Amino acid sequence: MNLETVRKLIEGSLTPEDYVNSTFDKIEKFRNLNAFTYLESRDKVILEVKESLKNRGRLAGLLVAVKDNISVKGMPTTCGSRMLKNYISPYDATVIKKLKAEGAVILGKTNMDEFAMGSTTETSFFGPVRNPWDPSRTAGGSSGGSAVAVATDIVKVSLGSDTGGSIRAPASFTGIFGLKPSYGTVSRYGLVAYANSLEQIGPFAQTAEDLALIYGLISGEDPRDSTTVKERPIDGNSIDMRSLRVGLLVDINEASEPPVRSKINDVVNRLSDQGTIVKEVKLGLSDYVVPAYYVIAMSEASSNLARYDGVRYGHSIDGDGNWREVYGKTRGEGFGTEVKRRILLGSFILSAGYYEQYYLKALKVRTMLIRQLNSFLREVDVLISPTMPILPPKLGELIDDPVRMYMIDVNTVIANLTGLPALSVPVGEVGALKVGAQLIGSYLSDLFLISLAGTVHESMHGRE
Amino acid sequence: MYLTMIGLEVHTHLTSLKTKLFCSCPSDYVGKPPNSNVCPVCLGLPGAIPVFNETALKFALMVGLALGSRISDRITFVRKHYFYPDMSKNYQISQYDGPGTEAVAMGGEVKLRDKKIRIRRINIEEDPAKSIYPTGSMLTSTYTMLDYNRSGVGMLEIVTEPDMSEPREAREFIEKLRSILEHLGVCDGSIEGAIRADANVSVEGGERVEVKNIGSAKDVESAITYEISRQRAAVSQGLGVRRETRHWDSERRVTVPLRTKETDEDYRYFPDPDLPPIQVTASLIEDIKSSMPELPDQRIQRFMAQYGINEYNATVLVMDKGLADFYERVTLHYNNYPKVASLLINDYLRWLNEKDMKISQSKAGPEQVAELLRMLENGTITIKIAKEFLPRMIYEGKSPRELMEATNMTALRDMTILEDIVNQVLAENPEVVKKAKADSKVIHFLVGQVMKKTGKRAEPETVYKLIEEKIARI
Repeated sequence: MNLETVRKLIEGSLTPEDYVNSTFDKIEKFRNLNAFTYLESRDKVILEVKESLKNRGRLAGLLVAVKDNISVKGMPTTCGSRMLKNYISPYDATVIKKLKAEGAVILGKTNMDEFAMGSTTETSFFGPVRNPWDPSRTAGGSSGGSAVAVATDIVKVSLGSDTGGSIRAPASFTGIFGLKPSYGTVSRYGLVAYANSLEQIGPFAQTAEDLALIYGLISGEDPRDSTTVKERPIDGNSIDMRSLRVGLLVDINEASEPPVRSKINDVVNRLSDQGTIVKEVKLGLSDYVVPAYYVIAMSEASSNLARYDGVRYGHSIDGDGNWREVYGKTRGEGFGTEVKRRILLGSFILSAGYYEQYYLKALKVRTMLIRQLNSFLREVDVLISPTMPILPPKLGELIDDPVRMYMIDVNTVIANLTGLPALSVPVGEVGALKVGAQLIGSYLSDLFLISLAGTVHESMHGRE
Repeated sequence: MYLTMIGLEVHTHLTSLKTKLFCSCPSDYVGKPPNSNVCPVCLGLPGAIPVFNETALKFALMVGLALGSRISDRITFVRKHYFYPDMSKNYQISQYDGPGTEAVAMGGEVKLRDKKIRIRRINIEEDPAKSIYPTGSMLTSTYTMLDYNRSGVGMLEIVTEPDMSEPREAREFIEKLRSILEHLGVCDGSIEGAIRADANVSVEGGERVEVKNIGSAKDVESAITYEISRQRAAVSQGLGVRRETRHWDSERRVTVPLRTKETDEDYRYFPDPDLPPIQVTASLIEDIKSSMPELPDQRIQRFMAQYGINEYNATVLVMDKGLADFYERVTLHYNNYPKVASLLINDYLRWLNEKDMKISQSKAGPEQVAELLRMLENGTITIKIAKEFLPRMIYEGKSPRELMEATNMTALRDMTILEDIVNQVLAENPEVVKKAKADSKVIHFLVGQVMKKTGKRAEPETVYKLIEEKIARI
């Protein structure tokens, strides 16, 4: 049985009042981490939990935290931006509809990098999210708030979005499970677009089982999103470690900080001990991966963010002027530095003459990378690497050095460029800091990956 | 003779689509309260994703096939970026001929009476919102209001090569295209704003000027006529014509400057990542080809063969699908087909145009028109009487028989009465009779006098012959 909380609520051994009150106590306790941008009122939440328990959905009464770029009807969707500070979504994203249909109660919206542009949740208009294991450090990003909400046990599960590692990075830095699903298996309808061709909504959880449950509930073809696919993920049965073939992305691992690298080596050794065949594979393209990723992401971002002009919704300046002036000032005030940087670069890349030079070249790298990873995945069942090449950095350490900041995404962006499923599984600590391993599987192998993550976690921590 | 080049970009709503191009809002926005026909997708709300209405593809393919275009086998959508208040996303989902992307159809032609106009390409695209200028025009209003009911309505952009050289040709092109679209059943051109055009006009010695926002075939002719004379005057005064975009002010009947265009605007086209490419299969093309309705050129040929009418009349009828359909319904009740054609073209249309009516608004149906023609044929009424009756049939819905009973107007066929009246008129106008002997044209005046005395009931040809005979004998 997944999700003890749901079982207890249905049995009656946990009352809605106790459940919600203890949740709000934890919220209070961890307020300094700045995980939430919006919380539903305690009374309303108690009422909704009670209401939900009348229909015994698979998530009856369960509180879920949602990244603030996923639309929940009647709640703000700020995207961590001044631009949307007062924007209330009039509709539910498809994933939210699906979770509500199973009885989930949305507790609130979580803090994130502005429009998901960042790897440390420091670009948020609402201030940075802090790491629960060392509040002077980042919790990772851009879904930092959703990861912290699960890591602090405020909620058992939450939703994030992953465009270049935004679920896996904070999962790794906070010591929980986070999945970036196979592209097209989860509807993006209602997810505020940053880079449509790269991103997916995905779950955070404390256990592999919960991760699988939530993924199962939110995935599926959606007539409102033409990029979703009919095919269902392949079932993840119990895994025989002796017939498993694992590919270690050796050049990526070598490029990581020594304590991270040694942790991943521990994992690989442990797998080897259990009879798993470990092959070393070399990505080779790694110099081109991050540039290609950012060229594509910024191009799409510059287009997606054009709509924020203050006319229909969102921030708008006080004062008059012709529309060009008003648009310019509105966007100048509404967006933060990192967002402006990406809009400007993206607009430049898409402009005549540079499109061929940058955008089309990036697409070529993308195609090469897809071929490369698919050929690896014919030889092995799963690829393993550190999720992040470094331990959680101090707040402020990377924020003023965009290129260094972009480079820490190298391990994760390969899954977004290829559309392959990838997750971060907690594999241990270096001092107080958490380390995650990234598993990348073949397309639609999400459930297999999750189940393998459970096994890996168990072998590193022992059965709980 | 100056060399003039005219090219058109015609925007035609796919009015037969029930829903907008990328969402399920109704596409019929005419007469709806402002902003009542909207959803997250067509408002461009954060998180909304467009989903292509595939019926639009079928319509676009029909148009492409009808114009003889080469059909793309992979349908792709691009985003065309520019900031403008009527844009819900500040990009328009459209199509573009670039690396990895293509318009739905390329090439093709439209035959006019004496020339062929080549088509450059056909795009599927969405319409922006409608701007309303409460305190003046686009250029003078102190503020703008936006109605998103139109935002996201599906349309085709049909771009020609600059193959036209006279305003009249541009008008004929639009009329022909409209007839093709109506025969295909994809666009009802009578809906306000359903067919709009931008015209590119250049005269010898000047650069190309784009005139935007022309709302009808008639206005296309007027706007281009204005623009050509403006440009020719500028060239002949040595002022030159620079490249610019102008706006057609349909109230003042002039073009006014909008912005100068030193270079092509950079729209930063790129494939829309929310809309995966669609394969156009050979079987889809075959299905569409085999269910293609009769097209105007075929219909003109059939009219000539089946009804024995000349090419000019057949063309006039078919250029207006509603009129051609009406014609065919009259022929079911009356079998002198050329007579039907000339009555409709020479008289019926004139009365419609008089009050700017569409044929669907006329109160005189095919049966009434047939009845009128039958009464004329069997001599119950004269052509003069028929011409008197027609406007009242059209505007008031009276049948010709009703009108005859009400007005007592029947043909005067009693020759003795007629001869008496003729004699009377000749006796009253001795001077005129003298002149008429020398100049037969003057006879018409005498015929007029007879018609007056008979209350227009006499047959003018009979009267003419009678007077001619009598004068000869004097």
